[in-house]
Amino acid sequence: MEAIQELEGHTDRVWSVAWNPVASSSNRSVLASCGGDKTVRIWEGDCSDSSSSSSSSSWSCKAVIDSFKRTVRSCHWSPDGKLLATACFDGIGAVWEDVGGDYECVATLEGHENEMKSIAWSASGTLLATCGRDKSVWIWEMEAENDFQTVSVLNGHSQDVKTVLFHPTEDILVSSSYDNSIKVWAPDPNGDDWSCVQTLAEPNQGHSSTVWSVAFDADGKRMVSCSDDLLLVVWDTSTNPLESSWLSFIILLPLIFKFCLFRKHLCTLSGYHERTIYSVHWSRRSGLIASAAGDDAIRVFAEANDPSYTSRAVFSMVGKQQKAHSTDVNCVRWHPKDDDILASAGDDGLVKLWRILS
Amino acid sequence: MALQNANPVIHERKATRRQRPSIGDESAVEEIDALEHLRDIRDPEHPYSLEQLNVLAEEGIEVDDKQSSVLTLPRLRVRKIPGKLFVCGSWIILAVNKQLNDKERVVAAMENPYLAQTVRDCLAPLEEYE
Repeated sequence: MEAIQELEGHTDRVWSVAWNPVASSSNRSVLASCGGDKTVRIWEGDCSDSSSSSSSSSWSCKAVIDSFKRTVRSCHWSPDGKLLATACFDGIGAVWEDVGGDYECVATLEGHENEMKSIAWSASGTLLATCGRDKSVWIWEMEAENDFQTVSVLNGHSQDVKTVLFHPTEDILVSSSYDNSIKVWAPDPNGDDWSCVQTLAEPNQGHSSTVWSVAFDADGKRMVSCSDDLLLVVWDTSTNPLESSWLSFIILLPLIFKFCLFRKHLCTLSGYHERTIYSVHWSRRSGLIASAAGDDAIRVFAEANDPSYTSRAVFSMVGKQQKAHSTDVNCVRWHPKDDDILASAGDDGLVKLWRILS
Repeated sequence: MALQNANPVIHERKATRRQRPSIGDESAVEEIDALEHLRDIRDPEHPYSLEQLNVLAEEGIEVDDKQSSVLTLPRLRVRKIPGKLFVCGSWIILAVNKQLNDKERVVAAMENPYLAQTVRDCLAPLEEYE
C-alpha cells in the first residue's frame, strides 16, 4: 500500500469517512469525514493524483458543516449520493443536502436518549436506521420530501449499539453492540413493525467482546464483523435457504417464508490484530476486506478459495500498513469505483488515502 | 450510586521516593513512575487517596507496555491515555475494565462537563508533581 494523500483540517480525532457513491468517479471523488471537532468536512479531489505537496494537490476541503453541538460519530451518503446522513453524540440524526456548495440540514431525527453512534441508509434510499448508547435501534421512513417518521423502535440489545447497516439489496438491518452480539432485524410479514429475526453471539461462534462494526460483500451473501476481541468473523448471510447446506435437508420449510435467513459462521480471522478492530469494509469490486485497528495499522485480506464454495471460507492477509496513522485507525472505506483506493480516518485527526499495490 | 465502601480502612501514605533506580532496570523505573502518578489520586467517593485506601501499593504494580495499561492489585486496570493517566472511582472491577477500554464511551463521557470535572478533581493532587 502507498499513501497518496493526507487530508488535514480536522482539529480532533476523525471517527468516520464515507465516499459519495455517485459523485466519485475516476478523476473526481467526493469524500465526507466527521469527528471529535464537531464538524463534518467534505473533500474533493482526484484519486490518481499522488502529489504530496499540499499546494499542488488536487484535493481540497470544499465544505465544512460546523453546527453540531457534540462529536459527529458517523456519516453515510444516500444511495443516490444527494443526501448525507450524520449521527451525533447529542443523540440527533441529521440529513444534509448540498445547496450550491453549502450543506443545509433538510431533516432531523430525534428520539434517542443519549449518544447516537451510527446511521445508515437502506438500499432503496427510503429508510434510515440509527442506533446509540441507549441500546435501541430506530428505523425511520421518508414519508414525503425530507420528512422522516419513526417506523420502529427496536429494543433487544442489552448494551450500547455501535453500528447499524442495511443489507445491500434487501430490507434487512444488522446491528452490532457492546453486548458482544450482532442482531438481524427484518420487517414483520404484515409490514407494520420490525423485529429481531436472529442474534449472532458467542454460542454461534460469534464475538467475545464489543462488536464495533459490520460490512457486507457486494451482493450481501456474506458479512464480516470486527470486534474488541481482536477477531474478524465472516458470516454466510445468503437468503436462499437452499444454498445453506445445513438447511437443504429441511424440505418442509416453505419457500414463501422469505425470512428464513439463518446466518451462519463461515470463518474467523485471528492472530492478525493486536488491538481493538474499530472498522471493517468489504470492497464491492475487488472483494478485498480492509480493517482498521487500535494498533495503528490497516490490514487487507483476500479470499483464498473459490467463493462459490459456500459452506466454508478461507481468507488470508495480503497487505498490512503499520503506522498507517500515528495512533488508532478508526475507519476504513473502499472507493466505490476505483478498486485500489482506500480512505482511512485516525485519532491523529487525519484522513488518508491509500493505493493498494499488487 | 451508594457508597460501596462506606467505612474504609485508612493506611499510611509512604514517603515519596525521589531517587530513581539505576539505568537498565527500565521496567522498575516505569513501575515506580506509575505508583508516583497513581498514589495521590483521590477517590471521588472519599477524601482519601488510592494509596491511603490500600487500593494501590508498590508491590502490586505491573506495567504492561503492550496493552498500554498499568495493572495494580486488586486488578484495578488504569488506562494509559497519551500524556495522562485516567482512573475511575468505581470498584466494580471487570465492568469498569471494559468501559475504560472503550475509548468511544470514555470520550463521550468526558464531553459531560460534570464528569470531566469529577475526573479533574480526582487528579488535582497530582498537579504539584508536574
